[in-house]
Amino acid sequence: MSILTIAHLTLYESRRRRIVAAALVCATAYLVVYSAGLFFVHREQLREGTALLQRQLLMSVLTLMGLYGANFLSVLFAVLLPVDTLSGEIDSGVMQTLASKPLRRADIVVGKWLGQAVLVTSYLLALSFGVILVVRVIAGPLPVRPVVALPLILMEVVLLMTVSIAGGTRLNTVTNGVTALGFYGIAFIGGWIEQIGGFAGSQAAKTVGIVASLISPADSLWRLGSYNVQPAGLRNVGALMFTTASVPTPLMVWWAAGFTVAALIFAVRSFSTRQL
Amino acid sequence: MSGLVIDTRGLRKWFGPTLAVADLSLSVRAGEIFGFLGPNGAGKTTSVKMLLSLVHADGGEGRVLGEPLGDRAVRARIGFLPEHFRFHDCLSARELLRFHGRLYGLAGSSLDMRIDRLLARVDLLEAADRPLRGYSKGMLQRAGLAQALLNDPSLVFLDEPTSGLDPLGRLLVRDIIAELRDRGTTVFLNSHLLGEVEATCDRVAFVKQGRTIHEMVLGQSSGFVDVEMRVSPIDACLLEGLSSFGGAIHHGGDGVVRMRVECEAVLPQLTRWLVGHGTSVYAVQPHRKSLEEWFVEVMGEDQRPG
Repeated sequence: MSILTIAHLTLYESRRRRIVAAALVCATAYLVVYSAGLFFVHREQLREGTALLQRQLLMSVLTLMGLYGANFLSVLFAVLLPVDTLSGEIDSGVMQTLASKPLRRADIVVGKWLGQAVLVTSYLLALSFGVILVVRVIAGPLPVRPVVALPLILMEVVLLMTVSIAGGTRLNTVTNGVTALGFYGIAFIGGWIEQIGGFAGSQAAKTVGIVASLISPADSLWRLGSYNVQPAGLRNVGALMFTTASVPTPLMVWWAAGFTVAALIFAVRSFSTRQL
Repeated sequence: MSGLVIDTRGLRKWFGPTLAVADLSLSVRAGEIFGFLGPNGAGKTTSVKMLLSLVHADGGEGRVLGEPLGDRAVRARIGFLPEHFRFHDCLSARELLRFHGRLYGLAGSSLDMRIDRLLARVDLLEAADRPLRGYSKGMLQRAGLAQALLNDPSLVFLDEPTSGLDPLGRLLVRDIIAELRDRGTTVFLNSHLLGEVEATCDRVAFVKQGRTIHEMVLGQSSGFVDVEMRVSPIDACLLEGLSSFGGAIHHGGDGVVRMRVECEAVLPQLTRWLVGHGTSVYAVQPHRKSLEEWFVEVMGEDQRPG
């Protein structure tokens, strides 16, 4: 019951602080720009009489680009939204009033996690389905299945959100933001090193990338998701900006899920012993 | 529970190399208005936080409302106003109270009625639906006070409750504390404003460098009284006789003897003895120490402004 009250408070506060409104405005702006670009490229292709297969390949790449943008914006949203939720309230003294009530410290952490998971999931789904809808309306049916990537991207953003919440139990707001984004940075560069290593045939570089992905498994979820989305024709092209050459093992999904649970357990334990 | 609402022995707290609370040993009885006094940095707020389990004690033991420190169920019977009350400033006072009510397991029309009653009591009914960000410091403090009373607590911790209030606000808090006393609620008051403490508390404890060093009962009929007597003649026989009525006898050669007696009830006996002894009595003037004077004396001259 207390968990739901804290989750409700988190959602209510986000609405009142106009976080939800800002997210909606930015998501709409993103989709407007994306759809305009897609529309003009598609019209030009039609005018030039590009072959259907080639046109679909280009539209598939643009679909992945749209999803990549949605993924990236959701990652930032997932890191920044909870960055001050614990540290900020500890610093301001709000937490003293909350924690003196008859509830477990774990209820506060899990309640906030739940409320923010609802927001992050809604943001990701709004952006992703927006991209899918725009592509469908402008380019018609394509041989890509963007929906299959969504559970993995969702796992990715929830993982980063959990890390950001866990950091907030010990670090101040700015330090936590820098650390959580840095954590994503490791995943991001690790993913690219693995890709380029795969493309260049360097096993050592691939190993460095895989180790980085084990430390910070967020980006490997995106790459696995984007691989599943790609049609066979695109997979044969190899590494492009938004496609995947070196495919992470599906075991990485379990690793990431365990990582998220471990981060949440750490957050609960760390906050339970925190001096307020 | 032996009538004790707070019972601690040797509670201790370190923050890194700093010993914030060295030895917190307190006994607060049910229904008492208890003042907790000390200079800045004496460990008062840390002590309150230990009693509320917001910080964990490193040593000693304690019980609050009969249960060990940290008991979650007991917190349903406790109210707490922190020193600097803050809450999400996008919420209104009514929303703030509604959320806190739910955390106490309250809901529905009974919660709404209780909120209205409390908002009226702290004079915030008109501003109840405005965001807290537009509140003055005093209004925030009053909203925090309403929050502390939401669960009709058996024990209320008020940490500097009047620090942001104007004189009318202070009177309001004083009245509310009096109402709590009438209801049998125990109040643990942490305050720098000794006048407030003197006007509201039954008993006080002084804390210095994280240690409770003195406790005393407040009120008209109790506590030591200093007496100045202008008498003649002043000789060794007189001074020896006076020692049976009290202590700290000083004779400065100005025809005045100063001493300390246990209470005002001693004064008529003392005067009778002086007359019976054949001493000429020109004046007997009792002087009750203010809490501020007690504070300075108990803290010692080595104490510097915090």
